[in-house]
Amino acid sequence: MLSLSHFLILGAILFAISIVGIFLNRKNLIVLLMAIELMLLSVNMNFVAFSRYMQDPNGQLFVFFILAVAAAEAAVGLAILVLLFRNLKTIHVDDLDSLKG
Amino acid sequence: MFNDFVAPSLYPAAPEIFLLFMACVILLVDLGVKSPRRTLTFVLTQLTLLGCAAITLLTSNTEVVYTFSGMFVDDMMADLLKLLVYGAVMLALFYSREYIQDRQAIPKGEYFVLALLATLGMLVMISANHFLTLYLGLEMMSLSLYAMVALNRESAISTEAAMKYFILGALASGLLLYGMSMIYGATGSLEITEVGERLYTYSVDKSVLVFGIVFLVAGLAFKLGVVPFHMWVPDVYHGAPTSVTLFIAAAPKLAAFAIVMRLLVSGLITQAADWQGMLIVLSVLSMGIGNLVAIAQTNIKRMLAYSAISHMGFMLLGIVTGVVGGDARFALNAYSSAMFYVVTYVLTTLAGFGLIMMLTRAGFESDELDDFKGLNKRSPWFAAMMMFVMLSMAGIPFFVGFFAKFSVLQAVVAAGYYWLAVAAVLFSLVGAFYYLRVVKLMYFDEPKIQEPIEGPLFIKVLVSANGLAVAALGLFPQFLMSLCAYALMRSLT
Repeated sequence: MLSLSHFLILGAILFAISIVGIFLNRKNLIVLLMAIELMLLSVNMNFVAFSRYMQDPNGQLFVFFILAVAAAEAAVGLAILVLLFRNLKTIHVDDLDSLKG
Repeated sequence: MFNDFVAPSLYPAAPEIFLLFMACVILLVDLGVKSPRRTLTFVLTQLTLLGCAAITLLTSNTEVVYTFSGMFVDDMMADLLKLLVYGAVMLALFYSREYIQDRQAIPKGEYFVLALLATLGMLVMISANHFLTLYLGLEMMSLSLYAMVALNRESAISTEAAMKYFILGALASGLLLYGMSMIYGATGSLEITEVGERLYTYSVDKSVLVFGIVFLVAGLAFKLGVVPFHMWVPDVYHGAPTSVTLFIAAAPKLAAFAIVMRLLVSGLITQAADWQGMLIVLSVLSMGIGNLVAIAQTNIKRMLAYSAISHMGFMLLGIVTGVVGGDARFALNAYSSAMFYVVTYVLTTLAGFGLIMMLTRAGFESDELDDFKGLNKRSPWFAAMMMFVMLSMAGIPFFVGFFAKFSVLQAVVAAGYYWLAVAAVLFSLVGAFYYLRVVKLMYFDEPKIQEPIEGPLFIKVLVSANGLAVAALGLFPQFLMSLCAYALMRSLT
């Protein structure tokens, strides 16, 4: 029998994978965008699990909004990525070094 | 259940609805505007913001009004912050007009529409009383800002800054959302005031709650740009076109202050002991690293970015000292000092970037510190304005920045955190070095460029008024201070 904590642990693992993906990835910016999507999906997993556990539909409603915003975010992110490729002719993370934060 | 549906009152959200409507109208009208100056789009944008200000003033009352089933709140704090956001956005657009005119690659019409949509996001953030509205407002603002940073399509560093801003901004949203999901799990509610009430009346799972608060604070820290979540701030300030830097440096800080107040104070005040400890660390680190690293900068936009980090750290001190050992006697004083701090910082930063933009021309950015050498010889008046800004940021007495720092420190001392006050003063002294260096460059060095400063008279008057306001508010800070205190008193009960 699957309990709430199973879903929360799955959500936490997905979240951790996405954080690691953002910080350790030194190769491709597209992988970074995928990691960001994965992070939002792990949050969705949490919301659905809690919502189901508490019999409260508000959490599931939230998920729809996150999905919609994630789509908008992907659109803006890919647009910036295309622009970046046009200007720098590369999408490698290591090449983004003209500004040193 | 669905038969007793009552249409929500749209009245408290009237400014947002008007702004959304006008942004769509302006987007369409702009299609027909052929002139490269886009005068019609510009005038309509400014009129829209004026209209919003009028609506906010007309619908303002001293009560706290909830609408959309408690998702949206309209109180005095929201009204005051919204009015300041309109002011900051209007000033930013006035200042940026000539700048974007001189740069061919920046699309002119979209610039104004994106600015309006970002403003809409800020308004929604300020009025949010539900995790969902807060998140949507935040994303609305952030997505517009990412696009604005990348708007100079031919500049490689602008695009790079936009990409970094996008990735770290999305990461911040993810952290914030993860925290929200945990708090939802612990309390069973997504409505911020409801969360506050449930934490007060029921006993909830403490570990889940604190776990959520950690992520929430990390997400907020990213958005505020405080250490250790500050990596994006210098890059974005440096890489973005100066007009966009000005826009990002000003109004979004007010909105970020509002969400900190909503989430941590309205929602999680019962857990103040948990989040205050985290904020103290963030604030001391930001003041330290922000001020120290700013000394090493040669680019004035980067320098002001690190200065922004240290100022946000200082502002957090006011929020940290609201509740001491379960005693909220000083809360109003502390939060209103933080609000006063952020408002005066926005005013000063607007004047600073406005002056930087006055010195730019087509093909010349004027963003190195060396470009300010001998400004006094070129234009004594604007050198004096820049000096006002720098002295105010450094917290030299009788400029507004001094009173902002003073009121925050007063709250810190009242709360009994003496070591924190000492640290804040020491780091401010370190900070004074790089602000005064700009003054030294302007007055005691020989100019590299001899040309006088050009620009429309109206903008010169506006920048001067802004610079003088920094000085005048330093002489009469009482009005703005009591306004902040009054707005918070009406909102926080």
